Amino acid sequence: MTASAITPRDMSTSTTGRNNYPVVWLIALAVFALLWLAPVPGWIDVYPKAWEIPASRWISAAMKWLVNEASFGLFTFTEFTRFLASIIEAPYRLAMSLLATGFLSGQGSSAVQVAPPLSWVAVIGIAALMGHAAGGRALALLVFACFAFILVFGQWQSAMATLASVLVAVPIGIAGGLLLGIAAYRHPRFERALTPVLDVMQTVPAFAYLVPILFLFGFGPTAAILATVIYALPPMARITALSLRQVAPEIRDLGRMVGATRRQLTWRVLVPSARDSLMVGVNQVIMLSLNMVIIASMIGAGGLGFDVLAALRRLDIGAGLEAGLAIVALAVALDRLSQAFAQREASPLADRGASWPARHPHVAAGLALVAATYLLGLLLPAFRTWPEAWEISTGAYLSEMVKWINVNFFDTFEAVKNAVLLNVLIPFKRLLGELPWLGVTGLLAVAGWRLGGVRLMATVAILSFLIAATGQWEKAAITVYLCGVSVLVAALIGIPIGIMCAENERVWRVVSLVIDTLQTLPSFVYLMPVVMLFRVGDFSAMIAVVAYAVVPAIRYTVLGLTRVDPRVVEAGRAMGATRGQILWRIRLKLALPEILLGLNQTIMFALSMLVITALVGTRDLGQEVYIALTKADTGRGLVAGLAVAAIAIIADRLISAGAARTRARLGLADSGGSAS
Amino acid sequence: MTAKLSCRHVWKLFGEGAKAFLADTPSPDAAALSARNLVGAVRDINLDVAEGEIFVIMGLSGSGKSTLVRCLSRLIEPTAGEILFNGENLLAADEKRMIEIRRHRMGMVFQHFALLPHLTVLDNVAFPLSIQGMDRAARETRAREMIDLVGLTGREAFYPRQLSGGQQQRVGIARSLAVEPELWFLDEPFSALDPLIRREMQDEFVRLQSKLKKTIVFITHDFDEAIRLADRIAIMKDGEIVQTGTPEDLVLNPATDYVREFTRDVAQAKVVRVGRLMQPGDASGRPRVAATARISEAARLFDGGETLAVVDANGAPVGRLERRDVADLMLRG
Repeated sequence: MTASAITPRDMSTSTTGRNNYPVVWLIALAVFALLWLAPVPGWIDVYPKAWEIPASRWISAAMKWLVNEASFGLFTFTEFTRFLASIIEAPYRLAMSLLATGFLSGQGSSAVQVAPPLSWVAVIGIAALMGHAAGGRALALLVFACFAFILVFGQWQSAMATLASVLVAVPIGIAGGLLLGIAAYRHPRFERALTPVLDVMQTVPAFAYLVPILFLFGFGPTAAILATVIYALPPMARITALSLRQVAPEIRDLGRMVGATRRQLTWRVLVPSARDSLMVGVNQVIMLSLNMVIIASMIGAGGLGFDVLAALRRLDIGAGLEAGLAIVALAVALDRLSQAFAQREASPLADRGASWPARHPHVAAGLALVAATYLLGLLLPAFRTWPEAWEISTGAYLSEMVKWINVNFFDTFEAVKNAVLLNVLIPFKRLLGELPWLGVTGLLAVAGWRLGGVRLMATVAILSFLIAATGQWEKAAITVYLCGVSVLVAALIGIPIGIMCAENERVWRVVSLVIDTLQTLPSFVYLMPVVMLFRVGDFSAMIAVVAYAVVPAIRYTVLGLTRVDPRVVEAGRAMGATRGQILWRIRLKLALPEILLGLNQTIMFALSMLVITALVGTRDLGQEVYIALTKADTGRGLVAGLAVAAIAIIADRLISAGAARTRARLGLADSGGSAS
Repeated sequence: MTAKLSCRHVWKLFGEGAKAFLADTPSPDAAALSARNLVGAVRDINLDVAEGEIFVIMGLSGSGKSTLVRCLSRLIEPTAGEILFNGENLLAADEKRMIEIRRHRMGMVFQHFALLPHLTVLDNVAFPLSIQGMDRAARETRAREMIDLVGLTGREAFYPRQLSGGQQQRVGIARSLAVEPELWFLDEPFSALDPLIRREMQDEFVRLQSKLKKTIVFITHDFDEAIRLADRIAIMKDGEIVQTGTPEDLVLNPATDYVREFTRDVAQAKVVRVGRLMQPGDASGRPRVAATARISEAARLFDGGETLAVVDANGAPVGRLERRDVADLMLRG
């Protein structure tokens, strides 16, 4: 009913829109060219320094006030935040003691170990048992291999520190996301307030909020865990709200019909019914937490991330690579485990009469393993910690190998790099740098108006203006240039691969395995091989970003093409269309909205990766955020971070509006939950 | 006839400012509604469901029947009107009272079963009881009885996805009966099933009702199903009831062309009961037929003779049925 009510209006706007399109665009472009090329007053070209909003100073001052003066009367704001930190500290200490340090008594170096940490045998055994419980023997073997790899290569201690952070951050992220999502589902007004906050949380680079967190919560693992939760929670909140909304209306009616109270309806009907899609969120939280824990090693999380970072700074390729591979192993193990638990078929009820161990064989075996290894550990130290003599390190070989590659292929790499730099990157960078801020803002506003109406125009124009007004325009231009080039390359690689995958099932099976693995890798990991081969600079950054961002381009293309109604394709075939015609004139056309959304995701991925590439020496907003981090300058970091968020939100809103328009024009239903 | 459930001028309008509009204009017509951008999903419904009766609401999709049944249990808040359940106006009840009524007095079966995917058959059937806070042993005993009643014994530990559609709806039926409701709503319970299974489930439903004697509001879009199951039928179109009556009333005296469209292809002999066609007089010695039997059933009993003796529920003679009248009716179609 709604669809029929909306279609005529949509049709009329789209026809008038089409008539006006060229005229509006021509005028806009002409004005733009005039602003750019004609001799105009300087303030149109470059935003004058005198008019800048000193936002970074304001933020720093506010931060200072919060830290030093803000008070709730009985206690100060800082005391409050430190109190929060201490709440997180307790479970973290427990996890850390269990996995890495053992239970200590006393302070600092004089501490005495009361009880040892879990033996490596027990940890590996428990992980393998979980694998077996969730996914059978194959998964148990995979998880075992991942953990054994970490052990054998001498990364155990660091890996356990990372794991401890993840184990604390994940439940907080899941619980927080779930509660926020439920609140958003119940109260539309709360959701309207929450959505932009989540948008900002997801688009502001994590580096930017490390500094304020550092000030409020102190240097150390708890601050890192908090940063991790902030980073990992938004998708859970979104998925929760969405999946609760997608619960069949009949199930909701059932809940009310049997007389469930609001609480019962939420926790006993809706949440369990939405379990499958909620588990997707849980998997996301785990993967994002792992990713972030690595980044957060900069503010004291320690663990594998710290090892990688330290190795990168020393340019010790071998050590960095080993720690990086350990991250990969951990990521793969956690990802597969959580996915298997999500997809696990509930087994028919166990016999209630059986004994406890018989009903819970995996838990019983795990407990037995812990007890046995503890006792064995008392006798044989090798059971407590893996002896160093048994460790293997390929670090030296890897370094040698990289050196060999560099010695023999240096010229080739260098030639490729320079050619691309000189012919593509630098001219493009220069072009973007020269564009007048007023013209770009105006052009974006016109695009917003044409694609989404007055509101979108205002959003886009204000965000663009703010980037200029806070003095970030120049750095933002570099960000846009690097991001733009990378997205272009990622799209040029990803979309054809996606098309190939959609055409050929066997190719897709291989590719999906590769991109699934790529997606589990924390973004940090991408930097290493790139730096090894191409050193630091824009080109390396671009390669890393492309590698990271190509995944959504492929995935959404395949999704869009395979989702095309098979009846339409059949009709095309019946009309005698060739394979090529079906692809170009039917499937790609109908898949366009999805491909656009994939492009949108590619941009988001690229932006988030771009900030990380600041570590390999770009000159963009990411670098600005990173410098602010090293100088502990809250204002500078947040302003630059918010500028990245502004770019992301502008791109996201424009492309989403474009995709929605295309979808409406093609007469496709909205794929989101907004139809209800 | 005591009414278990009555509707008095029940309205459900969708759209901005519906309530105020309805307060100003007590009974607006379709044109007035569309002028205000309101959608009249349920318009001025009056009906009475008697104790122990199967009341079928029949309508095509979009006729408002699903909205109406949800108004009756206040899953959807009606815009105006009164809904009397045992004489109590449900629209005046507060949330707590409504929960109380739904927990103990109402049950509902859903078109797509609405089973909880994470619970076993046993836990699904016991779910309404567990929501009430009944202890485990008691609710499982009760649930097992219900599972037995619908013939699913042995499948207690299965999960919904391991069952066929027909079996899933049996679970839905068992669950809705677990609380021993006084009022039983069935919202197109068999529409999602294959024709053969549907037939089987209808028979099962008749069998259950002969045992349980519930007061039933049954929603369907299938006129044949309505005729098979109903004591009385209300036909809905565009949110309004076009005609209410027994299947015989509808078939023999359709009120509008719309109703006639449905009844045209119905074999009258399968709907009309003997009582409607019988004539006064005595026919003792002839084979006996109940006044409530359908003509198609009576036709088989003539056995070469010209008349049947019609008797009431107690076996007392009330009249006679002529073969000629039966033949006339059957030839009419």
